[in-house]
Amino acid sequence: MANPARYWREIPQRYRLEAARCVQCGEICYPPRLVCPRCGARKFDKVTLNDEGVIVSCTVIRVGPSQFSDQTPYAIGIVELDGGVRITSQIVDCDCEKLAAGQRVRLEFRRIQQQGEAGILCYGHKCVPA
Amino acid sequence: MRDVAVLGVGINKKWGELWEMSLRDVFVEAALAAIDDAGADHIDSMYVGCMSGGLFAGQEHLGCLMADYLGVKPIPATRIESACASGSAAFRQGFIEVASGMSDFVLVGGVEKMTDVSGDEATYALSSASDMEYEAYHGITFPGLYALMARDHMQRFGTTREQLAHVAVKNHRHGAMNPVAQFPSVISVKDVVESVMVADPLRILDCSPITDGAAAAVLCPLETARKLSRKPVVKVLGSAQASGAIALHSRQDLSRLDSTEKAAEKAYRMAGKSPADLHVVEVHDCFTIAEIMVIEALGLVERGKGGQAAESGMTSLGGRIPVNTSGGLKSKGHPGGATGVAQVVEITRQLRGESGDRQVKGASTGLTQNMGGTGGSSVVHIFGVV
Amino acid sequence: MAGIIGYGAYIPRSRIRVEEIAKIWGADAPSYKRGLGLEEKSVPGPDQDTITMSVEAARKAVKRAGIDAREIGAVYVGSESHPYAVKPSGTILAEAIGATPEVHSASFEFACKAGSEAMFVCLCQVESGRIKYGLAVGADTSQGAPGDALEYSASAGAAAFLFGREDVAAEVVETYSYTTDTPDFWRREYQHYPRHAGRFTGEPAYFKHVLGAANGIMAKAGMKAGDFTYAVFHQPNGKFPLNAGRRLGFTREQIEVGRLVPKLGNTYSGSSPLGLTAILDVARAGDRILMVSYGSGAGSDGFIFNVTGRIDEIRERAATTRQMLDTNRVYLDYGTYVKYRGKIRRAE
Repeated sequence: MANPARYWREIPQRYRLEAARCVQCGEICYPPRLVCPRCGARKFDKVTLNDEGVIVSCTVIRVGPSQFSDQTPYAIGIVELDGGVRITSQIVDCDCEKLAAGQRVRLEFRRIQQQGEAGILCYGHKCVPA
Repeated sequence: MRDVAVLGVGINKKWGELWEMSLRDVFVEAALAAIDDAGADHIDSMYVGCMSGGLFAGQEHLGCLMADYLGVKPIPATRIESACASGSAAFRQGFIEVASGMSDFVLVGGVEKMTDVSGDEATYALSSASDMEYEAYHGITFPGLYALMARDHMQRFGTTREQLAHVAVKNHRHGAMNPVAQFPSVISVKDVVESVMVADPLRILDCSPITDGAAAAVLCPLETARKLSRKPVVKVLGSAQASGAIALHSRQDLSRLDSTEKAAEKAYRMAGKSPADLHVVEVHDCFTIAEIMVIEALGLVERGKGGQAAESGMTSLGGRIPVNTSGGLKSKGHPGGATGVAQVVEITRQLRGESGDRQVKGASTGLTQNMGGTGGSSVVHIFGVV
Repeated sequence: MAGIIGYGAYIPRSRIRVEEIAKIWGADAPSYKRGLGLEEKSVPGPDQDTITMSVEAARKAVKRAGIDAREIGAVYVGSESHPYAVKPSGTILAEAIGATPEVHSASFEFACKAGSEAMFVCLCQVESGRIKYGLAVGADTSQGAPGDALEYSASAGAAAFLFGREDVAAEVVETYSYTTDTPDFWRREYQHYPRHAGRFTGEPAYFKHVLGAANGIMAKAGMKAGDFTYAVFHQPNGKFPLNAGRRLGFTREQIEVGRLVPKLGNTYSGSSPLGLTAILDVARAGDRILMVSYGSGAGSDGFIFNVTGRIDEIRERAATTRQMLDTNRVYLDYGTYVKYRGKIRRAE
């Protein structure tokens, strides 16, 4: 999972929330794509996602994949950022039992995972209650 | 386009943790069973459905490997992948090859050997059906993704925790009559709702297991089957496949399976059938909530009403439209790439009247629905006895 | 005159009380609280480190300064808990705030004064005209060895400062540094926890350098304690800064706003810098601030700031340090604390 080149390639998206807006229909793609999924056009402007939004649906992971097994239980869900783009994100700094759809959250820079004790560290954003 | 029939089907004696059998052994056992059932003296081409030979068994080039070990080289052999829909996607390719006139006898096999890796590695391999960079990267799992879908369905339609459990209870009741099933035990709603939590609200008994297994079918032109077969002939009436967004967060409606709806619509049209014409159905119950969403997408019930189906007995053996008489993925097991073909095995046997205690009386039209990931790919086939 | 044009702080929300730690090691909590002058400390989550906290603090600094991050010419993070031993924390920070690729960066280390050292270097680069803006961060998630006195105080936090020459909110009037080779506290390569020399860390170390730098900078600037509105010293515990302040002639009122340690713990490279952010959160035009850091090994950096009216324009643009310190807290038990801090031996 945490191969250096593959991680590095997504840095503008993971660190700075860089996205692409279709010049033709306005659809925002995160991450950016070559073809607009809505209208099929191939030209985009660079935009940045909003860092606040609302929980659409969330769950608490109690059995996690190995890189995350130390963090269980953790809340994760789909968050719709202001502006309409939806992302998958952990939700932290909260009582994970008490989260609900509709709750407002904002993005904070966190360490997402790491490649063992000697591999690279992987950063990104998680949501915290706004 | 020629009409196509399922001439023979086969499956391993048992699905589960098959320690003594390797990936190639598992496949060949099921393939030979299908070839024998078909009474075919040769095959022209084969497809191998497998979700991830590479991540689970460190083995690629599966078309070649299986053709070699089945003793059928030099026929063309191709591995087909569509996550957990690999089996039915492979079946569809086999169907197309016969329908097009390219080949007469095509073997389709699906296989997965999931127990040669640790639980963690298996979870990772399964997660590769999701968006690795923008879903799995953040720590979501498949139970987690389906939990999000469950929460949405429960919130919007009032589907209850008990209604989810009824799906597992029903499928186990059916699976208890299936000698191949990995978990042929009868369970109760209480067992399900008290089992260990995996991703709220889904518990371990809401989730299909890690399984080794394979299933296979031999396809041929309908006219050939009529001549050769001593059993009732099962025709492929409809075959359709559709794709959807890979990431759950790319979909506006979290509990709606667009790709299943689209594939079903095309399959019904091709077959000239509607949901009311079906007698028996096999669906992809990777999680209890999945069965609920699928029967809505197939039009067996209205949107939002899926929760009541298992609870009311509608989808039980003996009910209005039995779903997953095999035990489904939950009780029979879910070797990723094999599942889609195993569904074909069950429906074929039902339509031939070979299902013993699990027989749906007078079944003459059946449907299989198989999907990958959170519904990023769906394949629907409709069968009829002629 | 060059100075601070934006500032920001970050404090994680978890805390652990002295009582909770003392209970496990059979220590007498009240006497530790009295002796250390501290009640509780901040604890970083398992997904937080010097880099993540630096990013959050720096984002606030950029927001307050209202500048385009692409014009930042240098990004330095000072810490004794950089996540990588080789690979500067500053590159990830610079990338996250959009200062790359035309930017200098490096990781600074000087025990608890790595942050103030970074501040000094940024100031000089701006004053020389070589760069337009410089970002200096002091941040740490330092570890105290289980059962050691330092375990009660070693905490986590980050403070970020943007230096520039226009729209300055706190002008730098004077700087001074006092450095000697004093082995009071150190950590050898590949060692998990630092070691310290017990009582030797007091007079010959902390006090000699803090007082040395404070007296030195005041002499250089021709000022005395009474000329300042606020003073903030490195705060390894609640007592040392009070003691230093008293000996230098400062009143309790001058020191109290910046003295965060009783509820925060010792944020090491964030220690006096975070105290400075708390002061900037309330300071008015015309206020004069003395900041003296301390890093073991040893040295102290002194700064004298004059606050301008600009502070009122920028202060409200981000959360204050006291808001982060006083609200939204969650208290951990010792088991959760050691799990978060990676102090439990795991299987390979």
